[in-house]
Amino acid sequence: MSPLDPLLVRDLAPRALGVLVRRGCGFAAAEDAVQEAVIEASVRWPGDGVPRDPLAWLVTVAHRRHLDAVRSDAARHRRERAALDEPVPGPTEQADDTLQLLFLCCHPSLSPSSAVALTLRAVGGLTTREIAEAFLVPEATMAQRISRAKRTLGDARFDRPGDPAAVLRVLYLVFTAGYAGRVDLVAEAIRLTRQLRTGVRDPEVDGLLALMLLHHARAAARLNRHGDLVPLDRQDRSRWDTAEIAEGVAVLQAALARGRHGEYQVQAAIAALHDDAATAAETDWPQILAWYDELIALRPDNPVVALNRAVAVGEVDGPLVALRELDAVAGRLRGHHRLAAVRAHLTERAGDRVAAARLYAQAAAGATTVAERDHLTRQAARLGQD
Amino acid sequence: MPKYLLLKHYNGGPAPIGNHGPMTGWAPEDVTAHLDAQRRIGDELRASGEFIDAQALAPTGSYVRFGGPDAAPVTDGPFPEAKELIAGWYLVDVDSEARALEIAAHVSSAPGRGGRPLYEWIEVRPVLEDVPATDQA
Repeated sequence: MSPLDPLLVRDLAPRALGVLVRRGCGFAAAEDAVQEAVIEASVRWPGDGVPRDPLAWLVTVAHRRHLDAVRSDAARHRRERAALDEPVPGPTEQADDTLQLLFLCCHPSLSPSSAVALTLRAVGGLTTREIAEAFLVPEATMAQRISRAKRTLGDARFDRPGDPAAVLRVLYLVFTAGYAGRVDLVAEAIRLTRQLRTGVRDPEVDGLLALMLLHHARAAARLNRHGDLVPLDRQDRSRWDTAEIAEGVAVLQAALARGRHGEYQVQAAIAALHDDAATAAETDWPQILAWYDELIALRPDNPVVALNRAVAVGEVDGPLVALRELDAVAGRLRGHHRLAAVRAHLTERAGDRVAAARLYAQAAAGATTVAERDHLTRQAARLGQD
Repeated sequence: MPKYLLLKHYNGGPAPIGNHGPMTGWAPEDVTAHLDAQRRIGDELRASGEFIDAQALAPTGSYVRFGGPDAAPVTDGPFPEAKELIAGWYLVDVDSEARALEIAAHVSSAPGRGGRPLYEWIEVRPVLEDVPATDQA
């Protein structure tokens, strides 16, 4: 008797949940019912064999469990509930069930961490333990976060179209979190963004997918064998994933051609220009700078964009110009941990090694990751040697 | 999501407010009320899905260091309870720094001697993550 294939469950459970929610079951109750059906499957399938249509099996069992729960609930409260949530008969699955689920899990009423956890659980099909490990928190804490999120959504139903921008923000958070933990959340973020793309024709969805692919393509080169961070200009570019770059560029070009630029497309365009350079020296900085100008126009409220733009200015117009421009935005960046790091880089290029060493030390003290702190500490130490 | 260590400094911190003295000098019901508050805070953080860890530390400890090649480790202490002591900590996983500060202020409001808020200084330290999400400016 073989145990239930976890990948099969991961694929089926979110789809079954999507069907139940589409049929009108409240989200929280539907999620509980699907979990019970999965438990039943884990008991029966290994002995009886996997049913011919395992999704239909899960939906049927989950729906029965849901009705049981509603009935006992109704009995407990001694009152009739309208129609006992008897489902509208319909096909087992519609293509957009999973997408509807995704929109629900990224509902603006949820905090970012709750939306991320619920999305990975309900749409990604990851176990609570896997999500807890990915975010390095106790399993009980993650279980509580997910159950609170479910309660917040309560009996939310599909009554309004979702907001793609909210979904993109959550998927981007999953992607950026992916580099910290042991579970491959980057792959998960890419998978979910691909799913979103099958149902939502928005060039920003393509832009986000391209951005993820173009960054992920460099994953093998960004850390050395000691686990130290390797800056972009020092990476072994032969280790970049050319197939992933090619796909990212193709997706991006098709998106840009539609003429509705957004921040994800523009960030992807910048990533593409880096990926496109055979050596760091061949990087097309003037074009990168032009994209940063467009990004600033799109996100004038985000001072971090101005910070990153300063690096490009440094390459195009020289470090002194870049430092002057940085001074102009420094007030809005006060306390941002990367301000000192960018200043240090530009100051060293301007030739002031003593001041650069001091700025690198300051940047190291403000770093938010161990890898950055170690890198900045080594930079300060390197300049302090002579 | 970012993690923060909330260090309970008891009587220490930038400008100590309202010296409550060591807990052993409080009325028993004040001690109980204080410890109940700590448990309640832990339960609240569990319920909100933000809890990672909470520990209380013994007030005294000893120092130890490498003694040099072929020498025994050097130890010092234990010292009597210092004025500045770390009484314990909460480790939380939250959506923002603002939320970590809010929790810390709540921890600081726990009742002390006579049931008055302790106004304890809580040191909020960000926990470094492993690696940044991107490698590109």
